Formats: sequence, C-alpha cells, structure tokens
Amino acid sequence: MRLISILLLTLVFAFSVNPVKASPVDTYEFNDEVTKIRFQALTKELRCPKCQNQNLADSNSPIAADLRKELYELLQQGKADSEIVNFMVDRYGEFVLYRPRVSSLTYILWFGPIVLILLGFIVVIVIVRRKPVAKSDLVLSKEQQDKLKNFLNDK
Amino acid sequence: MGSFIRFLPLILVIALGVVLYRGLSLNPQDMPSALVGKTMPAFALKTLKDNGQVVTQVDLLGDIVLVNVWATWCPTCKYEHPYLVDIAKDPQVKLYGLNYKDDRAAAQQWLKNYDDPYVFSIFDEEGTLGLDLGVYGAPETFVIDHHGIIRKRFAGAIDTRVWRREFEPLIAQLVEEKNQGK
Repeated sequence: MRLISILLLTLVFAFSVNPVKASPVDTYEFNDEVTKIRFQALTKELRCPKCQNQNLADSNSPIAADLRKELYELLQQGKADSEIVNFMVDRYGEFVLYRPRVSSLTYILWFGPIVLILLGFIVVIVIVRRKPVAKSDLVLSKEQQDKLKNFLNDK
Repeated sequence: MGSFIRFLPLILVIALGVVLYRGLSLNPQDMPSALVGKTMPAFALKTLKDNGQVVTQVDLLGDIVLVNVWATWCPTCKYEHPYLVDIAKDPQVKLYGLNYKDDRAAAQQWLKNYDDPYVFSIFDEEGTLGLDLGVYGAPETFVIDHHGIIRKRFAGAIDTRVWRREFEPLIAQLVEEKNQGK
C-alpha cells in the first residue's frame, strides 16, 4: 500500500513539472510596437539555413542568431519587409522562404492543388451528368415477350 | 479505355512510389548557393596574421581561387586540413582562407600547429563576409574564377574523394577557359 502511494506521488510530481520549452531569448529593443511585430513576423517567415525545419524565431543555432541580429539591424535602418526578404534570398537562396514565391519553378506547387480539385469536380460532374440508360432499352420487345411466355408455358 | 481506367490507380501508386523512393537518396542539406554566377561580394577585412593589413575582393582577382571557410571551433575543419595542405601545392589554384567567427590567437596557433595552406586568411570575426556569402557553417569552400565570379559553393569537408568528384572537373574547365582567354 505504502509502495503504491509513493509511486502515485512520484507520478504526480513527474507530471506537475512544467515542460521547459527551449527557445532562444534575444533582448532586442524596438522603438515602436510595429517594428517589433514585423520582427516577429519575419523571424517566423524566414527559415534557418542550417536547421532546416525551424524558422529563425525557433532556432538556437548560431547562424539563426546571426540572422536575427542582421534582421534587427536592417529593421533599425528602416528597410522595408520586401527589401529584407530580398537581402536574405540574395545570400541564402529561395530556400529561406517558408512561403516560396510564385515563379515558373513553383507553379506546380501553388496551382497544382487547385488544378487537382478542379479535375475532381469535372470528373464528378461528368459521372453525375452521364445519361442514364434509356428506359425503353430495358423493356422487352414484343418478340422477346412472346418468347418468354412460351418458356413459361412450357413449364 | 475501360481497362486503362481500371489500372490507373495502380499506375499512379507505382509512379508515386518511384518519386518517394528517389527522395530517400536525396541529400536535403545539398543546397545550391544563391551566389553561383555572381561576383564575389565586396569586403574590406584584416588578415588573420596582420591586424594592420586590410584585404579586399580585388586581392583575390586574376587567378582561379578557392576560398575555404574555416574556424578553430569546427572539428570537421581539422579533418579536412591535411587535404587543404595538399591542394595548396596545386599551381593551378590559389587557396585563401576565410577565418569565420573565430578567435584570432587560437586561429594563429592552429596554423602554427597544423601548417598554413592559405596564401592568406581573411579574419572575419563578426561573420559579415560570411553572411554576404551565405555561409551557414564551416567548413565551406567557394570556387571563384579569374574574373571574380563565384562558380561553386561546397558545404562540408573536402577529402581526396570529394576533391576528385566535386572540384577537379570544374578546375580543369576553368583552367581551359582561362587559357582560351575567355
């Protein structure tokens, strides 16, 4: 009994500990709220080149910290979002964009799903609108009916 | 027509399987550099050896150049170092170092301990040139032609195999271009 209560207590303690979420802490100060929001949006939008499945906001890697610093400085210089994104793409390639730009390379990515949905609709419409087999074809002709009668009478 | 439609799902599944199977052997770390085909970014940085000597992109012009990004905090750089010492003996190329976000004293000691294969090393303490080159780690090696155009970027360690496969054909091509006066 005592053992069980100890076990239960351990369980309670094990689960009551708050999971520590490791996420980088920078101490950037912004002059105004808008710049801060833009910084947060851009760090979410830009991908860390080293750790490929994390964005800049999420990553602890040194390169992500460097890029956050660079991003902060570009914002302080009063650069527009599009200029900052171009700056990053010029250096690290389209790869750093979590939302790839629309270009001939990414048409299939952007428009593929819409095309597939449209194709699906077309298939459904074609199937639904296909003419049902005419009723007259299902009815036995006079000749056939006579034959049938003969078969039945034979029995 | 009817039998084709019947087999269509099977055909699609096989096609999907082929695509996904191919994906298994692709290297997601293998990224083309955004800088291939562009000129070497402008910089003015001091050399690792001499805090008073400033070098710029102009100092790299005229030869077929390898720029090797290295640092003492990078274990893979230690692995590739002996190969770099070998490559530096090749008269067709000039090997420059880009000492990336490193400690000057430690880096100087490294070159004393393990031989210095570089014509000179650019001391990029803040990583500014690294950023302009799109460097995201070390080691990385850039091939720059005699016009100062970046022709290749290779992320990872160079050894004999990598050198033969990734660099030798390109260097031969560049030497040819240079000899033809292109």
